[in-house]
Amino acid sequence: MLLRFPQQTGSEQPPFELKGSLFTLTVLRLFQLDMAAIEQHLAEKIKQAPGFFDNTPVVIDLEGLTLPPDGVDFNGLYELLRKHGMAPVGIRNGSPELQATARLAGLPVLPESRPAGTSKKSERAESTPAHAHAQIIDHPVRSGQQFYAPDGDLIVLGAVSAGADVIADGNIHVYGVLRGRALAGIKGDAGTRIFCHSLEAALISIAGRYRVSEHISPADWGRAAQIRLMDDHLAIEALIR
Amino acid sequence: MGSSLATVIVVTSGKGGVGKTTTSASFATGLAQRGYRTVVIDFDVGLRNLDLIMGCERRVVYDFINVINNEASLNQALIRDKRVENLYILPASQTRDKEALTKEGVERVLNELRQSFEYIVCDSPAGIERGALMALYFADEALVVTNPEVSSVRDSDRILGILASRSRRAEQGDIPVKEHLVLARYAAERAHRGDMLSVDDVLEILGISLLGVVPESPVVLQSSNAGVPVILEDGSDAGSAYSDLVDRFLGKSLPHRFVTVQKKGLLQRLFGGS
Ligand SMILES: Nc1ncnc2c1ncn2[C@@H]1O[C@H](COP(=O)(O)OP(=O)(O)O)[C@@H](O)[C@H]1O
Ligand SMILES: [Mg+2]
Repeated sequence: MLLRFPQQTGSEQPPFELKGSLFTLTVLRLFQLDMAAIEQHLAEKIKQAPGFFDNTPVVIDLEGLTLPPDGVDFNGLYELLRKHGMAPVGIRNGSPELQATARLAGLPVLPESRPAGTSKKSERAESTPAHAHAQIIDHPVRSGQQFYAPDGDLIVLGAVSAGADVIADGNIHVYGVLRGRALAGIKGDAGTRIFCHSLEAALISIAGRYRVSEHISPADWGRAAQIRLMDDHLAIEALIR
Repeated sequence: MGSSLATVIVVTSGKGGVGKTTTSASFATGLAQRGYRTVVIDFDVGLRNLDLIMGCERRVVYDFINVINNEASLNQALIRDKRVENLYILPASQTRDKEALTKEGVERVLNELRQSFEYIVCDSPAGIERGALMALYFADEALVVTNPEVSSVRDSDRILGILASRSRRAEQGDIPVKEHLVLARYAAERAHRGDMLSVDDVLEILGISLLGVVPESPVVLQSSNAGVPVILEDGSDAGSAYSDLVDRFLGKSLPHRFVTVQKKGLLQRLFGGS
């Protein structure tokens, strides 16, 4: 879904392009819907740190919210948060009914992200995020098979056949020939890489940038390689062994 | 000869016309020749031809589906081979569709066969539909029949993936199905010229152990037209390839034949030999 279509070859720059990207957002985990209580708590927070919510984009997490009998007034909630300097960008989790109501109020439903971790503001540099765990496949991946490692790295102890897909939110390691398609960082993590013992891939992709086999140079073909993003382009480098 | 010792072997490929039925017939015949009680089952419901190749099509009264549907007993449906002792054929139905192959039904018949046979060979239909899935589901070992061409190798790779993920052994987390490669219809000259994949090419892509190479040979068509499994054609190239293959399956270590170009005077002179 994050694959970008090849750019038009015309001389004109297209008006826009779509890219997957990763943002650090503040999550507001809602436990109850008492508007007065929410407003009071917000006011307290702001007293502690004035200007803290200066147009801060927030995601409203509904996981801890028990479904109130009379529904949720997302418009009212939106106004309330706006008033205190927050910019709600969407919701996540919650029952299908809640999600539908949020959509009607113009709040998109965001996909579940990696483990919520600390709710404190993450000030970590934009380098490779720590991935929760790796998934290890200790057999070859055959034509027609697809493996996806959400939240982390995918490690394959064997070949990935033509017609097979290996996909990860994190890095992809193939201890064998990579003949199929490998898509690393599919949630947009541009710091992820692909490693393989022999590069004969039908397609390689990192964070949505991709290259198909005919655009892999013969010099890199069949060699041990790592693939990463440099200046927004896929760079293939030989792995010295 | 206890029930638990029975081994179920599927002969499969994904692609059609690669030599599954030819291999099933000769493999089962070879096991029986060596003294093992063997039954070969045709899973190709609607397109049966194992009985033709085994030369018993006129003796088919009841079939596999009749047994599954409790319309006949196993003893009524099993055909005893007239040439080789210990060999039985369970033919497919010519008329019914593949939906009749239910998992419960197939399992019940296999369990009953396990009581009296040591080897149960399942001749799979082409494709990855119900018939093929049922033929491989209960397998302990698999003969993956491949021709030396890209599309056939790709389909075999696909089947290997299904064996590794959708067989009963895979679903129950047992020891995986043991995989053997049978490279059939191999023409060493054409591989040598680069018109076809070589044995090494195929092994490199599939990464499983090679049980045997069966040469492309006119004897195969002649013998199947005559209803004789080619392994019974003494002295023929394809027949001896299948003999070797059965011996290897049973644990003998034999060098692979038919892999390199045979020395032919003319070829030697034209291409300088190898
Ligand atoms: N080694 C071989 N040499 C020449 N022809 C062969 C060989 N193996 C199979 N064939 C021919 O190929 C065709 C398909 O074989 P078959 O065993 O019915 O394949 P499948 O069961 O995989 O569809 C038949 O006409 C058969 O005679
Ligand atoms: Mg067949």
